[in-house]
Amino acid sequence: MWAILSLLVENKPGILFKVTHLFRSRNFNIDSISVGVTENPDYSKMTITTLGDKRQIDQIVKQLDKMIDTVKVEHLDEHKTVYRELSLFKIRLSNANDSMEINKLANAYGAKVHDVKKDSIMIELTAAPAQIKAFKELVRPFGILDIARTGVAALQRSKA
Amino acid sequence: MQNMTGAKALMTAMEKEGVKQVFGLPGGANLPMYDEFARCNIRHILARHEQSAAHMADGFGRVSRKPGVCFATSGPGATNILTGIATAQADSAPMVAVTGQVPVGMIGKDAFQESDIIGMANPVVKYAFQPRTAKEIPEVVKKGFFIAETGRPGPVLIDIPKDVQTNEAEMIFQDEFKIQGYHPWADPDIVNVEKAIDMLLYAKKPIILAGGGTIISSAFAELQAVAETLMLPVVTTFKGKGAFPETHPLSLGPIGMHGHAEANKMMTEADCVLAIGTRFSDRSVGTFEAFEKRLKIIHMDVDPAEIGKNQTAQIAVIGDVRVNLRVMVKLLLQKAIKKTDESPWVRHVKETKAYWKENLKLHPGEMGAAKVLRKLRELLPAESIVTTEVGQHQMWASLFYDVIQPGTFFSSTGLGTMGWGFPAAIGAKVAKPDVPVVDIAGDGSFSMTENSLATAVLEDIPVIVFILNNSSLGMVAQWQRTFYNRRMIGVDQKGCPDYVKLAESYGAQGIRAQSIAELDSAIKTALGNNVATVIDIPIDPEEDVLPFVAPGTSLEDMILPS
Repeated sequence: MWAILSLLVENKPGILFKVTHLFRSRNFNIDSISVGVTENPDYSKMTITTLGDKRQIDQIVKQLDKMIDTVKVEHLDEHKTVYRELSLFKIRLSNANDSMEINKLANAYGAKVHDVKKDSIMIELTAAPAQIKAFKELVRPFGILDIARTGVAALQRSKA
Repeated sequence: MQNMTGAKALMTAMEKEGVKQVFGLPGGANLPMYDEFARCNIRHILARHEQSAAHMADGFGRVSRKPGVCFATSGPGATNILTGIATAQADSAPMVAVTGQVPVGMIGKDAFQESDIIGMANPVVKYAFQPRTAKEIPEVVKKGFFIAETGRPGPVLIDIPKDVQTNEAEMIFQDEFKIQGYHPWADPDIVNVEKAIDMLLYAKKPIILAGGGTIISSAFAELQAVAETLMLPVVTTFKGKGAFPETHPLSLGPIGMHGHAEANKMMTEADCVLAIGTRFSDRSVGTFEAFEKRLKIIHMDVDPAEIGKNQTAQIAVIGDVRVNLRVMVKLLLQKAIKKTDESPWVRHVKETKAYWKENLKLHPGEMGAAKVLRKLRELLPAESIVTTEVGQHQMWASLFYDVIQPGTFFSSTGLGTMGWGFPAAIGAKVAKPDVPVVDIAGDGSFSMTENSLATAVLEDIPVIVFILNNSSLGMVAQWQRTFYNRRMIGVDQKGCPDYVKLAESYGAQGIRAQSIAELDSAIKTALGNNVATVIDIPIDPEEDVLPFVAPGTSLEDMILPS
């Protein structure tokens, strides 16, 4: 299963190293990771997406929770969570029509177009990873020159 | 508030923590700390290698249940203590290791004797600190000791740059502090303890598996009360050896790769296990799948991450095992549950135990491991502390040296660090100077830290080293005999060195014992000595440790002596 973990950690040097090291030493996988300071500068929030069966995910959460620098570790329910990732695509333009076609796709996905050049176009898509994957498949025939992704950021929806 | 250097603050803070001695070695980057020994009441015990200093602190910590402290300098000093730190981590032993570091401004410049010890030690410490200013030191020490000794204990590293040691600051020594992400204590779990009692009462073949956590939390009386009230046979892991008196009628001894035959047999026949403070390590349970289907597991542990890590439990009781066993004892009393009748299961267990006592084939020679270790047991007072090295002698000790008084047997069980036993024995003797302390050793392991004889002699710490000397790396040799068609590679120590002469060269007493009569007199001499004594006991290099559960197989597939 795919899981979104949200970690509130102390904003100190070396914590990112310890968290990623834990994944490596315990033989877990990091699918994506994003880190940023919270509204309180004493803390950072890490959002990690990972893959594993239920028992593995439980273990990851427990091992992260055991770390002294983690203040709070949550396994987010993806149905009750807003999660987005920012991706930048550089796509090849070979024919006169390519630019228009790609623009159409971008519109359909709510993506923004940046930096249109003679031979390439850059698209910014902020979406759930599954949508980014779908978009990638659609533009693949044009020729993807480069991709940069931020990893998922996630927040749980409020109850009321 | 007082103005003082970081080094002075370190020693002052440690004195406040009740530290009476430090095991260590000085070097360029920790000289300011060392200079403070001239002005404080903490004794310095000089080791001859930083790894040994860490093992001494480890042995002290396990016996006293207070963090043992070791010092090392930066660079190689720090990397040398890593094995000692990893050993303490694998066995959840409380320790505070303090290393010197190059000055803050030099960090990252590949300075002389610089090593990124924080980065290297991270996976093998419970926590690591690197104060960058002197004024942080009092709080770092306070937090370090607290983290090392609470919850599931473990090693804490404090890496102090040299200028942080020499800089002066206004020092505030406070008792109050907060560690937000650390919750070592859980409330007693009455609900799950009640469920556990029901499950144990319902089971036809219940058994207790006591792990190292039982010893760490000193839950000896509680364990015995539960076992006796519910008439539960007790097996232990190797680390849990001696959590329960091995002379008790309900005791079956350790399970595992070299577990007691009766313990392995009964563990595989049981239908419900009360597992206390254990992580179900591969060396203890082999491949568990073979019998876990019919086995209900109640898992008590202080570390929530152990629940479900290696084994799925039907009932989990999270928290200090002593606290929750107390709850169990109290509930049993309230419910007036007291089993007196011997169930068919308990009868079967006792018969099995009696059978193996009679029928386990032992080495026929006069100096077979069983005879040698039983002689040691016969002559050692019950309260004596035993440590072991790692290898065949360790497993023979598990098989043939019965622990009478709980919590008197210690070994490097998780990391399996050869060379641990002797320095750990020195640390143990410092913690309990009034009881005899014996390192049951093999010649291979003892070689690794034998220079700690200098510490034992010069610091007047008279421990006994009991070498079962087969002049080889015996456990490796056994595997080569068993799995590699007797191709013996790299295992022959060729009788080098002569341990009697070695001991004498350090000023210790060396005695060679070649018969049981000589051994009897050697042990008596050693017990009466006020200097460290090495007893060198030549044994048959071909003797195997049996029973043997081959790696990757089940406890049901024990190899027995033929």
